[in-house]
Amino acid sequence: MNEHPFSLWVYLSQSPLLWLTFTLSVYAIADAVSLATHRHPLANPVLQSIWIIGGFLIMTGTSYTTYFSGAQFVHFLLGPATVALAIPLYDHRKRVIAAIVLMLISLVAGSITAIVSVVLLARAFGLPQAVILSLAPKSVTAGVAMGISESLRGDASLTAVSVVLTGIMGAIIVTPLMNRIAVTDFRARGFAVGIAAHGIGTARAFQVDEVAGVFSGIAMGLNALVTSLLVPLAVTLLLH
Amino acid sequence: MIASLSLILLCQLAGEAIVRGLNLPMPGPVLGLSFLLLLLLTRDRYAALRRGPLHNDAVESTGRGLLAHLSLLFIPAGVGVVQRLDLVVEHGVGILLTLAASVVVTLLVTVATFLAVSRLLARRQAKQ
Repeated sequence: MNEHPFSLWVYLSQSPLLWLTFTLSVYAIADAVSLATHRHPLANPVLQSIWIIGGFLIMTGTSYTTYFSGAQFVHFLLGPATVALAIPLYDHRKRVIAAIVLMLISLVAGSITAIVSVVLLARAFGLPQAVILSLAPKSVTAGVAMGISESLRGDASLTAVSVVLTGIMGAIIVTPLMNRIAVTDFRARGFAVGIAAHGIGTARAFQVDEVAGVFSGIAMGLNALVTSLLVPLAVTLLLH
Repeated sequence: MIASLSLILLCQLAGEAIVRGLNLPMPGPVLGLSFLLLLLLTRDRYAALRRGPLHNDAVESTGRGLLAHLSLLFIPAGVGVVQRLDLVVEHGVGILLTLAASVVVTLLVTVATFLAVSRLLARRQAKQ
């Protein structure tokens, strides 16, 4: 009698169905809570979902590989969602074309700052070289950052974590910070968070303002291009 | 909806194929993004393209659906932190402070540049 519930768990915990359902349900609840708190930065659904799911995996002794067998279906959609950023870009094409020079200059300034600041700060905090290499591409979207890290012989899984952490911090900090320094241009606010905090920042920007979301999406796409060129260069100059 | 999703995947596939094939230093989906944008812009010029997913806002609404929950898509990668708990214990504070400080500096520099250049361009336009 007692064996049955356990064998059911053994079966389900190995199936993708359980982990996919779990990921979506936890997110749905976290998102509802975020909405109920009027999108309070600290009720960030990504942050809340990650610690709940991570804690559950640790408590039940489930490996990340098993979890990922279900969660990969969600992870896969990152690619198509990046392609879909073409749609808000298309909708706001007039505003975007009007600001193209502005965006290219800000892109170069922001992208260089993101890389140089993380390498210098990590060195100041005495982090080992392998960790610094893995942190360097943290401001671009996960798939791209992991590729850069691998090519530098960094640790791709640490890179993935630092990318998500950076995104969450950017999404939490951006609204209070921009309000504090009284920036009312939503193009500038969106663009900055797209450079600093990629897709999670972009998701946050869309919650706040549609124009901010569009500019954030563009910044994130452009930054992915520029960062893959700049990180190897910066690492060579700053670490050797 | 299936046709729209296929179109989005096709753009991504073309992007990945070209990036891999030509060894370009950019992510495939970003190239896919520019393909989709190009398709939408060409459609506006040539009526013959206005069919299937490029008709009646079809690909647009599918894409908006995907983007509506962009944050959900980062959760699987983020949960990966459970694999690196050893590093979190050893260097967690340093890593967190580094990332937080870098994010704030990046936000400030980017927004300051954007606003400064914006003002400069507006002034130049006013002079003309």
